[in-house]
Amino acid sequence: MAASHSTPGLIVAERQAPLWQNENVRAFALFMLSLGIFLLFWEIGAKSGWFVKGVPTATETIKEFWWWVTNPFYRNGPNDLGIGWNLLISLRRVAIGYIAASLVAVPLGILIGISPVAFKAFNPYVQLLKPISPLAWLPLGLYLLRDSEKTGIFIIFISSIWPTLINTTFGVANVNQDYLDVSKTLGASRLWTIWKVIIPAALPNIVSGLRISMGIAWLVIVAAEMLLGTGLGYFIWNEWNNLSIPNILVAIFIIGLTGLVLDSLFAALEKFVAFGRNS
Amino acid sequence: MSTAPVNVIDPVDTRSSTAQLSVRNVAKVFPGKKDLFSKLTGKTRRDFVAIQDISLDIEPNTFVSIIGPSGCGKSTLLNMIAGLSPVSGGEILLNGAPITGPGPDRGMVFQNYALMPWMTVEENLRFAVETVDPKISAKKRDRIIKEHIQLVGLTGAERKHPHELSGGMRQRVGIARALAINPQMLLMDEPFGALDALTRGFLQDEIERIWEQQRKTVIMITHSIEEALLLSDRIVMMTRGPAARIDEILEVPFPRPRNRDTIQQHPAYKGLKAEMESHLFRETRAVEAERVGG
Repeated sequence: MAASHSTPGLIVAERQAPLWQNENVRAFALFMLSLGIFLLFWEIGAKSGWFVKGVPTATETIKEFWWWVTNPFYRNGPNDLGIGWNLLISLRRVAIGYIAASLVAVPLGILIGISPVAFKAFNPYVQLLKPISPLAWLPLGLYLLRDSEKTGIFIIFISSIWPTLINTTFGVANVNQDYLDVSKTLGASRLWTIWKVIIPAALPNIVSGLRISMGIAWLVIVAAEMLLGTGLGYFIWNEWNNLSIPNILVAIFIIGLTGLVLDSLFAALEKFVAFGRNS
Repeated sequence: MSTAPVNVIDPVDTRSSTAQLSVRNVAKVFPGKKDLFSKLTGKTRRDFVAIQDISLDIEPNTFVSIIGPSGCGKSTLLNMIAGLSPVSGGEILLNGAPITGPGPDRGMVFQNYALMPWMTVEENLRFAVETVDPKISAKKRDRIIKEHIQLVGLTGAERKHPHELSGGMRQRVGIARALAINPQMLLMDEPFGALDALTRGFLQDEIERIWEQQRKTVIMITHSIEEALLLSDRIVMMTRGPAARIDEILEVPFPRPRNRDTIQQHPAYKGLKAEMESHLFRETRAVEAERVGG
């Protein structure tokens, strides 16, 4: 470091700062401590019968978790699949429904966003359909499509379309006037402005819409699968019928972990398109 | 409020045959709401006369500054010249033809830079050059970009994004972008308003240097008396709004190339500065008084 000669005191002070003063170290310590207390409470509670009958102990659940994670891909008939298969089935449904929804929502959002008339005309649909619980579509989907697999995808599609559509519309309709003025003073055509200015300017909004949609798709698939066959949601429902509480807890944990990974991917993408905005 | 001109100057007297830009009896009225629906909802609003009857001729290759109290419609006037905002009355002629909209014959420098954050310095310039001339050869385009980055002293920062640059550097990009399309005229809306005093000084010197090289017609809006005196050939002083008009036009006789230390030695410097100060002081005090009273 170049400054080390002129300010030795500062550097030494920095070097001497004990490890436990680092914010990340302290946060990690607190996290581990709270986790330890929670597991201990769970273990002791389950052993001494503080909870209802049948609640597994923490060690049992962790052992079960380890077994499922080390044997993810086995196949003993449709009702006894490894958790890896179930995860892949759920992810595949989410991917198809979500990608289809995004392919509709982004272009449609751009079209609605650039035209105030279209915005006013289509806003009632969006506002009416947005608050509907995704599961309300389930009977309709089953009736129309006569297929549980397609219905699952349909529900993902219909529930993950709205956040992307709304955010894209908002981003496109609220592009900084200065960027548009620059484009105008250069004499740019409408199409060129949309392609080179409006879409890139709205990209952070579009990506946060996609992120919210992904979160919703992952929430919905588990609920929808309880009523369909296969997948993580069905796994939970099946284990409930088997009264295997540890397995339910394992599945819940894996669902959370997958959601976390998906969200982190989109968070990274958001950062990538921000270029110093909203930071 | 009457929209009739108060201080009528016969346009024939002020008209010049050699003018590049000719502003003739221009007015700007922001329409109020007086329709039936607004009346029923009690949301009527009267017309707002921002600018009333401004006439101004600008010769080629002159540097003109517009100075006036806050909210006097300076930016409105510049936006009308840029073609971003339509005139409500009168006309603005560029080389004898009325301005109907924005165009690349007028390069614009914005107060808050208005750089595209997702484009690098180079890409911001390329966007401007390619938009104005979509069929330009890659070789010519890259040469223009390189020259203008060099002109504003940003060589080495081509691949940086705006958020990695300081305010002063961002405005250099803004100036390079406006010049890269080779406009007839440069319009600058308080280009240094968002910069600290030191950076401001550096950039004023840069503008003076670039202007000596290119001698394009420039119209600059400013709040700074020193800035106007350093850079301009003529200074247009506007009265306060609403219904703002031109109070006086000062000729700045300092020889070029100029330098902020030598112009202060010029015999006319003190007089001009005092005149502008008293004008701005008077107008600003009146604005404040109206605000307190109203």
